[in-house]
Amino acid sequence: MSVRLEASSLSVGYGERLVVDTLDLSVLGGTVTAVIGPNGCGKSTLLKALGRLLPARSGAVLLDGKQIERMATRDVARVLGMLPQAPSAPEGLTVADLVARGRHPHQSWYRQWSSEDAAAVDAALEMTGISDLAERTVDELSGGQRQRAWISMALAQGTDLLLLDEPTTYLDLAHQIDVLDLVQELHAVMGRTIVMVLHDLNLAARYADVIVAMRDGRIVAQGTPAEVLTESMLLDVFGLDARVVEDPVAGTPLVVPVGSRHRLP
Amino acid sequence: MTALRVGVTSFKLRRRPLMVVAVALVLLAAVLVVDIMIGDFPLTAAQVVDALFGGGTRRDQFVVMELRMPRALTGLLVGGALGLSGAIFQAIVRNPLASPDILGVTWGAGAGAVSVITFAGSLGVVTGSAAAYGLPLAGLAGGLTAGLLVYALAWRQGIEGFRMVLVGIGITAVAGNFTHYLLTVGDVQDAGRAMVWITGSLNGRGWEHVVPVALALLVLIPVALIGGHVLGALQFDDQTSRGLGVRVNWARSCLIIVAIVLASVATAAAGPIAFVALATPQIALRLAGTAQPPLFGSVVIGGVLVMLSDLVARTVYRVELPVGVVTAVLGAPYLMFLLVRSRREARV
Repeated sequence: MSVRLEASSLSVGYGERLVVDTLDLSVLGGTVTAVIGPNGCGKSTLLKALGRLLPARSGAVLLDGKQIERMATRDVARVLGMLPQAPSAPEGLTVADLVARGRHPHQSWYRQWSSEDAAAVDAALEMTGISDLAERTVDELSGGQRQRAWISMALAQGTDLLLLDEPTTYLDLAHQIDVLDLVQELHAVMGRTIVMVLHDLNLAARYADVIVAMRDGRIVAQGTPAEVLTESMLLDVFGLDARVVEDPVAGTPLVVPVGSRHRLP
Repeated sequence: MTALRVGVTSFKLRRRPLMVVAVALVLLAAVLVVDIMIGDFPLTAAQVVDALFGGGTRRDQFVVMELRMPRALTGLLVGGALGLSGAIFQAIVRNPLASPDILGVTWGAGAGAVSVITFAGSLGVVTGSAAAYGLPLAGLAGGLTAGLLVYALAWRQGIEGFRMVLVGIGITAVAGNFTHYLLTVGDVQDAGRAMVWITGSLNGRGWEHVVPVALALLVLIPVALIGGHVLGALQFDDQTSRGLGVRVNWARSCLIIVAIVLASVATAAAGPIAFVALATPQIALRLAGTAQPPLFGSVVIGGVLVMLSDLVARTVYRVELPVGVVTAVLGAPYLMFLLVRSRREARV
């Protein structure tokens, strides 16, 4: 397995404030990485910097060994797809059109709809199970369907690296599982490399090969879910008093928070 | 969805937008002929078509080719330019309220032209070539200045639509007040002529007005249609657009400059004809059933709108009215509808 995406002494910030502070990270090809951490720890910012949506203050992001900031925007978009946290689409856009926009990095003004474009869009709709919604507009979809449509667009882009910023926000548990099963399938069937920010630790434990725990713009722990999700890490990173038991279904770590009501005096 | 594919080129073909363009083109031709038929020397459709292809009597030739054709063509081209400009602005700003009228370009052009009328006029030199070229050139310069000023003032590490609308409203107010100041200090006769100009009029337009707009459109329509390919991927939030490989600020800047030039050239030729750039893209969008204003459809429908309005303006009353009066009468209720609708949406 080779390193696909790498952050080397990466610092990113807004204005005066550094949100990601001299951070090093290597993402191996064909893995699913989940970035976890408390609110404001810089995990979304890290993901944006990895996807070249934010410039590095110092250090660099390397995509397949090349400095991402020196690459053409379009070339990056052919290799790396990014789904922001709350993407917005224009009113009245149909699902088919939304997914078709994913083909943009492969198109030009004289080459707007090649047969590869059509095939990629059909495949992406099929894979996300929304072929029958193709003619509906994005605004009339339910939350779960809409998220599938956006993922479908990222799929149509045909990149083997996918960055997903909290793909499960605003979804109920059943739909969260639904979306993560889809992510799992992309990984298992199509060999995509995926980096995602997740809030739910138990879902991160289930669906990720590697978990990266962040606090105050730095990586505190990284490794397999069993290595990272420990009681001491939870206390250290989240300030959370919790027990970690074995997930009865998957065998992965299961975080059970204690809470003040059950805390022993 | 079918596609047209020849060699490495490929295009999407959608039935409804294509039908809209086809029907609008037929309508455009029909309105052009009717517009040329009607006037002090009424002509039949056959006489008009004859004269257009070089036949007919010398009198018919003169009336069609020298008197009415330039005016109709100016209207058609100005409408097309305004429609396209509005469509680009609205697609980029993602707001149906965005148009050169609101973004300061139109009033900037007005201020430029009225400066020439009042200052040059009181010195007694705004005749002949100064009136024919000075006025449109000053309008062009004013429109470009105002548009680029809005663009520069709204720039904060990038261009964001809503900020541009707000800055545009400010510049519109400044340019509008400056224009009114000029009207009050100027000579009465000059003020009268200036008023006609800032209403937007096609009276007495000759071939010298047609040529500059035609040249500008000849260059800018292909540029806009080529650049417009990016518009689809620019319809999202900045992050999504950039993720799709769009150089967001660069693409937006280029397209906005094209739209500013289009609106300025149009305004220089016929004065600030109100509401055409605002309403055309939305009409085209609703007819075509697309999520963003169709560019070519907006060109054709803009042309139809201005020619029709001018036809109404010069036939509805004893004297010929400026075309801007008609577009304003039609456009004002539309603007109110837009405002009411957007307020209602904001409340939900």
